Amino acid sequence: MQKRDSAPPFWRMQGISKRYGGVVALDDVDFECERGHIHAVIGENGAGKSTLIKIISGVVQPSAGRMFLEGREVAFPSPLDATRRGIVCVFQELSLLPDLSVEDNICIADSSGRWGFIDPRARRRRARRLLERVGCGDVHPMERVKDLPLSRRQMVEIAKALGREPKLLVLDEATSALTAADVEKVYRILERLRDEGLAIVYISHRMHEIKQLADRCSVFRNGRHIETFDRDVKTDEQVVELMIGREYKHVFPPKPHRDAPPAPLLEIEGLSWGEHLHDISLSVGRGEIVGLGGLDGQGQRELLLALFGVLRGVTGTIKIEGRPVAIRSPRGAKSESRGIALIPEDRKTAGLMLPMSVRDNISMASVGKMTRGLFVDRAKENDGIREMVTKLSIKIDDLNEPVATLSGGNQQKVVVAKWLMTNARIVLLNDPTRGIDVGTKQEMYKLLRELADAGTSILFYSTDYDELIGCCDQVVILYGGRIVRRLRGDDINEHNIIASSLNLPQNARGDQEIERP
Amino acid sequence: MNPIPGLRVRANRVDKAIVIAFGFIIVMLLAGSLYSTNFLSTAYLLQQLQIAAFLGIIASGLTTVILLGHIDLSIPWVVTVGGMMSTAAASWGEPSLAVPIGVFSGLLFGLVNGFGVAFLRVPSMIFTLGVNAVAQGAMVLYTGGFAPQSYATEFMRWLAVGKTVFGFPNAVLVWLAVGLTIAVLLKRTALGRYIYAIGNNEGAAYLSGVNTRGVLIVCFAISGMSSALAGVLLAGYSTKGYQAMGDPYLLPAIAAVVLGGTHILGGRGTLGGTVVGTILVSLLQSILSVMQMPEAGRQIIYGIVIIAMLLVYGRGKKVHG
Amino acid sequence: MKALRLWTIHNYGLLLAAGVFVFMFALYIANLEAGLNVRVVTTAANKAVLLALVAMAQTLPVLTGGLDLSVGMIFVLTNCIASAIVIGTPLEVGVGAVGVLGAGALAGFVNGLIIVYGRLQPIIVTLATGAVYYGLALLIRPIPGGDVDEGLAEFMTDTVFDLVPTSLAVLLAVVVLIWLPFRLSVLGRACYAVGSAEGAAYMSGVQIARTKLAVYTLAGLLAGIAGLMLTFVTFSGEASAPIGGTYTLNSIAAVVIGGTSLYGGVGSAVGSVLGAFILRTIDDLLFVFDLPPLWQPLFQGVVLLLAVSLGAAQVLRIRNRLDLFQ
Repeated sequence: MQKRDSAPPFWRMQGISKRYGGVVALDDVDFECERGHIHAVIGENGAGKSTLIKIISGVVQPSAGRMFLEGREVAFPSPLDATRRGIVCVFQELSLLPDLSVEDNICIADSSGRWGFIDPRARRRRARRLLERVGCGDVHPMERVKDLPLSRRQMVEIAKALGREPKLLVLDEATSALTAADVEKVYRILERLRDEGLAIVYISHRMHEIKQLADRCSVFRNGRHIETFDRDVKTDEQVVELMIGREYKHVFPPKPHRDAPPAPLLEIEGLSWGEHLHDISLSVGRGEIVGLGGLDGQGQRELLLALFGVLRGVTGTIKIEGRPVAIRSPRGAKSESRGIALIPEDRKTAGLMLPMSVRDNISMASVGKMTRGLFVDRAKENDGIREMVTKLSIKIDDLNEPVATLSGGNQQKVVVAKWLMTNARIVLLNDPTRGIDVGTKQEMYKLLRELADAGTSILFYSTDYDELIGCCDQVVILYGGRIVRRLRGDDINEHNIIASSLNLPQNARGDQEIERP
Repeated sequence: MNPIPGLRVRANRVDKAIVIAFGFIIVMLLAGSLYSTNFLSTAYLLQQLQIAAFLGIIASGLTTVILLGHIDLSIPWVVTVGGMMSTAAASWGEPSLAVPIGVFSGLLFGLVNGFGVAFLRVPSMIFTLGVNAVAQGAMVLYTGGFAPQSYATEFMRWLAVGKTVFGFPNAVLVWLAVGLTIAVLLKRTALGRYIYAIGNNEGAAYLSGVNTRGVLIVCFAISGMSSALAGVLLAGYSTKGYQAMGDPYLLPAIAAVVLGGTHILGGRGTLGGTVVGTILVSLLQSILSVMQMPEAGRQIIYGIVIIAMLLVYGRGKKVHG
Repeated sequence: MKALRLWTIHNYGLLLAAGVFVFMFALYIANLEAGLNVRVVTTAANKAVLLALVAMAQTLPVLTGGLDLSVGMIFVLTNCIASAIVIGTPLEVGVGAVGVLGAGALAGFVNGLIIVYGRLQPIIVTLATGAVYYGLALLIRPIPGGDVDEGLAEFMTDTVFDLVPTSLAVLLAVVVLIWLPFRLSVLGRACYAVGSAEGAAYMSGVQIARTKLAVYTLAGLLAGIAGLMLTFVTFSGEASAPIGGTYTLNSIAAVVIGGTSLYGGVGSAVGSVLGAFILRTIDDLLFVFDLPPLWQPLFQGVVLLLAVSLGAAQVLRIRNRLDLFQ
């Protein structure tokens, strides 16, 4: 559809800023999109994408700026206001009610029938129709959402959004939870909706999706709108450079050259857990950095949790220095004889006690061992803490400040410091550099290599394949809870990682082919 | 960089609460002195402290539980258990074991509470309420529904009513001992750190390798023992145990902890605050009884005071936006 | 039919409670000397309906993920108010009854106001307001006494058509006229939504504040109905803290036994009614099996403790321990 220059854009944001205390999430952003277009928004973590759509959908209010819908200025004090104007957002499962049925979820915001009562049959019909529309006619409307598998839930979320009859549909990483088949269904639906005249804003960090779907693409970086361009105008490298803002080259510390893999410190044999992990076998040598790759949600997180004793019902064998161990809790994992540490994915909820001081957070995992009789040996504790602060260059004036006052990067350093203080032999990391600034990332990479050189075994999961390529001595790709590829040395490259992540079949030469549309 | 400027103020909120509570105490003492010149005399103040001691012991134990983010509603009947079991021991011909048996009974109930909350993950509000009912049932069975006939031992009486060091009531010394022990526990031991950690973020504490279940059990055990000890002293004070002797202590204990600046959701607070809160609540009780306020009025005032304090100090964040 | 199968799975707790109740009541009747007759059923019903109503009251806040520790005290308070004003001419009696219900609703409304606008935890708020309501009850009835319209009281505690106890009919009316419409209304659906995932409910446009306020008010109303019925049963008003406390605890146990989750989002007031019936039948069974009266409070306490721990069964099924820390 051609845009007539005289008509105002369908949706326009002008000078939008959002501040949370001293943190700037969005900085003077101008953004617009048109009907009949799929408009992608791409950027690294922390670029401001989620804040942008939260503002568009009425979940948060902008600190400054204006918004225009079809030329008229609008404001959305609540999500309901946005929905009433035809702006509907599909989050990753965030707005589904697990204990309620599919039909109740889809119709939750519907206005009532007579006198405030709902009409169960009308709901049933409506739900059925919408489920058909997203290709999920086999889902019974009375099923409880929590009984459905993850990808089905996401489809219900999409059906619910369609039920609102949106004029502007916003999707936030909407396909990351979907099976390959469902992803295709979603692409077809989106293309059909676009042809029907909907405006679609599509947030993703997956290049291949953007290339396949988007008519237009906007790059965000550090809360700013950098550039918007039409499809097929820029190369992948150019786009990535816009996202990162500098030369497409991280600086990674050099990897040691090894003729043979080092002696194993951690060995996993036949590890399985429910539906998420199937027969995982893996070996991490002393001083080796092993990376877990693959698409989101293929079992990487679960593997790390299993090694740390958080999961129940794990079968298979785990050996440390050749001896089988049974790890039943983080406390057990942490103990002297095992020496395992886990740096969790979400530092705010799983890694830190936010209102407590930096000092208390750093010593939390090791304070039990720094006692004289019944009491904590303050001197020893302080020495240990100071050593960590220096080693990790944590920028803090007063160690007694609550850790919540630190920046994201420094907070992550506190989590790492906490575990380094335990002198762990095996360090597990769950997407450690997500949402961290570039400078801190570099420091982390250096630190990991230093730890490895000192003999620590490191196993980490990352969604960033640059990191996997730059840091790891070995990369293991998971798909559907299974290891589908093991890569070493020069085989660790973007091509192999992406291809194995998508579980593409290898051709006769052992190469994997990425399909070009 | 301080992205959350408001947080610095919040870190001192505990101190702010204590200061305000202290202020109220001064105000009440002054107001009381206008009513009667006796009010500020040493004798009267010491007597106030002695009465406050029973509440203070209970509130000290309760503080550890509330710091965890939980609550102990079994206080009423665990206090009674302490009182009745200790006097019972006296009547069984083991007077020297009276106090230990009383406290031990409290420990047992505390362990049951801890088990239910830590292992069964039943919300503490509800589980301790159930344990309270069980404790009541046990005592009804034991006493046959009547007032128990056994008397408190000499030692118990001496602890509750006697005065030694400089005319200081022994009860106050017991309170001091309990309070100091718990304060040191909270500030100087690893367990204390773990308590605050769990109160702030149990999941993160668990992932840091803290034995969260063990800590929960220990704190409920402490609360159970404190309540029972208070019951033992009460029995010493009244020379006998009596039905429902613990009932008047639940709400005031919660009020004392909350007024002392401990956050009802856990993670923040100090024992010193609880001490100040106890004195405040105890003074309030004394004033109410001097005014001859009937039970009705007391209940209403307690309820309103707790809610007012919560509104001032305990408000949650707005959930959304 | 798939729909029926799904319904059965979703209401498993309720169906189980129904089965257990039928079994226990049959056991009771079988062991009763007098056997099954209208008198026996009426006496049992009159006691059970009181708890059933309070349990229904408790169900609503629990569905939203909260808890109301003041229901027992609202029950006692409305009982005392009723013993003062539900007497006199038919008009006065009618107005009095409405006044009692209004008082209950008002108490619930106050709970809701403080919880919603004070942004405080329901549990501690209702613990405190419970004390206030008890104090008010004491003000009205410092000692047990008062009176209530005899004719109405006798009617309420007797039978309809000489067959069905009136109290059961009242309970049925409450279920049909209050619970079912609630369940089928937008408000009812919102209540489940808030209990299931409050954040998601907000994102979906559910009016959280309004829902919670309505829920606590309705709970107060139901407790008020129970208080009124208590007045008919005892012909007087008594400000008894033990009764208030016992009913609160029993209501929570009834709610859990009836299949409602303490975390919210799942359950039904009908299940709570069955849970209340089960608890009352246990009491009757203790009597019938000649359990020494001194053992009864302990037994009841243990039963309650076990009942509220029932939800713990799902802890055993947790695969990822992090889920334990919600």
